Amino acid sequence: MSDLRDLYQEVILDHNRHPHNFGELDGADRHADGHNPLCGDRLAVYVNLDGETISDVSFLGSGCAISKASASLMTDAVKGKTLPEARRLFEEFLALVTDEGAVLDDARLGKLAVFAGVRDYPTRVKCASLAWHTLRAAVDDRHEVVSTE
Amino acid sequence: MSVATDVAAAPPALDVERIRRDFPILSRMVREHRLVYLDNAATTQKPRTVLDTLARYYSDGNANIHRGVYTLSGEATAAYDAARVKVQRFVNARASREIVFTRNSTESINLVAHSFGRRQVGPGDEIVITHMEHHSNIVPWQLLCEQVGARLRVAPIDDSGTLQLDELERLLGPRTKLVSVVHLSNSLGTINPVREIVRMAKRRDVPVLIDGSQAVYHMPVDVQALDCDFYAFTGHKLYGPTGIGVLYGREEWLEQMPPYQGGGDMIRSVTFEKTTYADLPHKFEAGTPHIAGVVGLGAAIDYLEGVGFEAIAPHEADLLAYGTAALSEVKGLRLIGTAAHKASILAFVMKGAHPHDVGTIVDTEGVAVRTGHHCTQPIMDRFGVPATARASVAMYNTREEIDALVRALERVREMFPA
Repeated sequence: MSDLRDLYQEVILDHNRHPHNFGELDGADRHADGHNPLCGDRLAVYVNLDGETISDVSFLGSGCAISKASASLMTDAVKGKTLPEARRLFEEFLALVTDEGAVLDDARLGKLAVFAGVRDYPTRVKCASLAWHTLRAAVDDRHEVVSTE
Repeated sequence: MSVATDVAAAPPALDVERIRRDFPILSRMVREHRLVYLDNAATTQKPRTVLDTLARYYSDGNANIHRGVYTLSGEATAAYDAARVKVQRFVNARASREIVFTRNSTESINLVAHSFGRRQVGPGDEIVITHMEHHSNIVPWQLLCEQVGARLRVAPIDDSGTLQLDELERLLGPRTKLVSVVHLSNSLGTINPVREIVRMAKRRDVPVLIDGSQAVYHMPVDVQALDCDFYAFTGHKLYGPTGIGVLYGREEWLEQMPPYQGGGDMIRSVTFEKTTYADLPHKFEAGTPHIAGVVGLGAAIDYLEGVGFEAIAPHEADLLAYGTAALSEVKGLRLIGTAAHKASILAFVMKGAHPHDVGTIVDTEGVAVRTGHHCTQPIMDRFGVPATARASVAMYNTREEIDALVRALERVREMFPA
């Protein structure tokens, strides 16, 4: 089971069972909906801003363990970050899950590094990145549903 | 009853090991396991004879058809026409001109929606489908309805995934212009009583289209016995190549219907003032067709008929019964689609595990199942699930492969306790 455990790390399974920042933020400054039409996953991301800083963030929705855990860990990771910092983290995260040769800053990625195993499962990259695409739409104040397709 | 009759009545047993040797892909490894291919409802694997036929066509027989007087073009045309006759016999159409080659079932249905629909369906008219249709038998009708101001009516299904036939009958009225139903549901496995549906419709002079994509490789289909007006299916689920589909159309309808696409091969004569169309079926086959695909489909039908549905059907029925029992033992597993009359399909959800995670985990054991909405989102909504995992069997599958699926599902259970 070793290679499967590379994908489904304990941290991911934990966040799937007990997601952090799960629920709607009442009166959120920004929000966006994301949809993966291939698998039917849907999630909404809510953001409160204090100037350029993400003061609070949450998500709501249903999906596979990878998408749910990714949304959960994302909210932990970007809370308190400035928007440029969050964007940089998103780029780094995408490189982590897609780019074999990427040189990554483990310190900056922190717990997000548990998603490194996704790289070996190309069909699951969209599961891992849906929350991040939706977050970006929220902070960009785009209101159409984000689609992975 | 004599002993001899008893022996003759018993279905010939399928020699699965011999069949498996005919399919080269079945010996490949996936993630260090022998491939267990259980996504046949999406597409079936191809026997060597189909692969060889495709290679031989391109290496030895390639030319455009209906074009030249040279030998090679004549041979290609003869091979193409011979395959059409095979398809005609396969579904028992009255004549080969009732067989139109398309890209796939989707295009076959779109052809009818365009050519039949635009002529026969007007404002206020109605088209009746069921709740278990594939998107390819929903969206073309929605597009048509939007264009002409018609209305789409949907016959409901019950909790087992069985069509509520009386409800369908209630939907048939003076404005009904077409009934379009799936023969065998790709998401539920339900086999619809299509003969009965045609009877109901005929009593009201309503034509019927049957989407036979999933049916044609599991059971014999006789379009004359069914008495349907259109029957759509695709080659790649029939152990044939991708990119080649079939529309059977009753000649009277095909004669009345305008062409679907214009171009070469579908005309009798062209001037800038007036173009006359070719006879059936060429009127509906504009442009150079998928000649290799047609010839490959002919080889697939030869192969299928060589094995025979009388051997295939009991074998697949055994796998379905065995699989249903085995999956029912898996903790927290719920089968979606439990109609009394069904074939091939074992769709399910597992408590605490999303279908996508199920799909990935069983893949690491070499087991290929489909996960998602299977192009039937209304069915997912009907059963209140975002998606399902689906195992679907074909003639080359075995009980051991069902066991491999169940073992793989135990791994899912370990990781995602119910």
